[in-house]
Amino acid sequence: MRLITHNMLSCNIKGVTNGFPLRIEAGNVIKKEVDFNPDFIRHMFAKLEWKALVEGARSMGYAELPEDSPDAAVLESDESFLKKLHHALLELHLEEGALVCPETGRKFPVNKGIPNMLLHEDEV
Amino acid sequence: MANRPELLAPPEIFYDETEARKYTSSSRIVDIQAKLSERALELLALPEDGVPRFLLDIGCGSGLSGETISESGHHWLGLDISASMLNVAVEREVEGDLLLGDMGQGLGLRPGVIDGAISISAVQWLCNADKSSHEPRLRLKAFFGSLYRCLSRGARAVFQVYPENIKQRELILRQALQAGFGGGLVVDYPHSTKKRKEFLVLTCGSVQTSIQTGKSDCDEGCSEDDSSEDEESGMVSMSDRNRPKKRQKSSNKKGKSREWILRKKEQSRRKGNDVPADSKYTGRKRKSRF
Repeated sequence: MRLITHNMLSCNIKGVTNGFPLRIEAGNVIKKEVDFNPDFIRHMFAKLEWKALVEGARSMGYAELPEDSPDAAVLESDESFLKKLHHALLELHLEEGALVCPETGRKFPVNKGIPNMLLHEDEV
Repeated sequence: MANRPELLAPPEIFYDETEARKYTSSSRIVDIQAKLSERALELLALPEDGVPRFLLDIGCGSGLSGETISESGHHWLGLDISASMLNVAVEREVEGDLLLGDMGQGLGLRPGVIDGAISISAVQWLCNADKSSHEPRLRLKAFFGSLYRCLSRGARAVFQVYPENIKQRELILRQALQAGFGGGLVVDYPHSTKKRKEFLVLTCGSVQTSIQTGKSDCDEGCSEDDSSEDEESGMVSMSDRNRPKKRQKSSNKKGKSREWILRKKEQSRRKGNDVPADSKYTGRKRKSRF
């Protein structure tokens, strides 16, 4: 699972109002290279929750992203920043570990890079 | 389809280790899946500005449809309920992210983040109740509701479906419209039983601009776009102004007419409620012996 997905996933248990962001418990993180496409990064930037991304990246051992959300102007000009964002979003994979719901503390295990988001019957 | 897999076992059990491998090693299935996903992507009508989009593949299985998305340069997130199918996808090193999840439980994605969704031969599984807690209507409702929320404005969702019968098709379509989607059914090759393919094309939050036509073997446009939401009968009631008031009153006293009952039932049906089917007995008076 990559951080781009983590940035969209929220806890889906019935009655949970604040299921985002899921806390990452990283076990094994691997890196896979992906072609860099600045247009896609710019397109996705508007949809990102910056704080969740920074926290997620930190818990996966990548601390190069700035704390505060950068301006749109930086996106246009700063190639090195875009590359960092690209690396965080698309190249870091959480292979083993868990996602933890911030409200209920329910753990969603991640095996072979696949988070198990199946809910029990009493959670639907 | 002679035998329907969804009648044999629930998806997470039917697609076990052997079935998942069989599915992906059959060149025929791979070919069909690729063709269906290509067509679904075409119907998705993403803007052609060269910017990759982030798409959702519902019921991605071993990532056959995801491969087509990757080939066209987009990024994707796949969801499936069968762990074995996803394991095959991991082995095949697909480019998208994978999630193990049940679409009938809702998607659990943040609002407005997805640029489009496709689903190949998956949604009809929702019409079956595999556990005592399953109620197809509610599961479809949860699925379409959560999908509507996570799609961005103007995004589309295209589902290739194999409904078992007209009732299933209506159930799926009704729940989709109920969730707020616009759109309808596109049928490719409507006159061929084998090649016939149905695509449910849904739009989110914006008016559909182009009209899709189904593919067809004949050159003339003998395709049909049978979106059943157009079927709302435009009934206009006529009343005579000059009728004396007294007579009107007496006719009202007769009680609720068959038309009135049918209309109310249709209204309730549109809300997505379970309503008994109409028959010749609808709105009839009971015999006095009861």
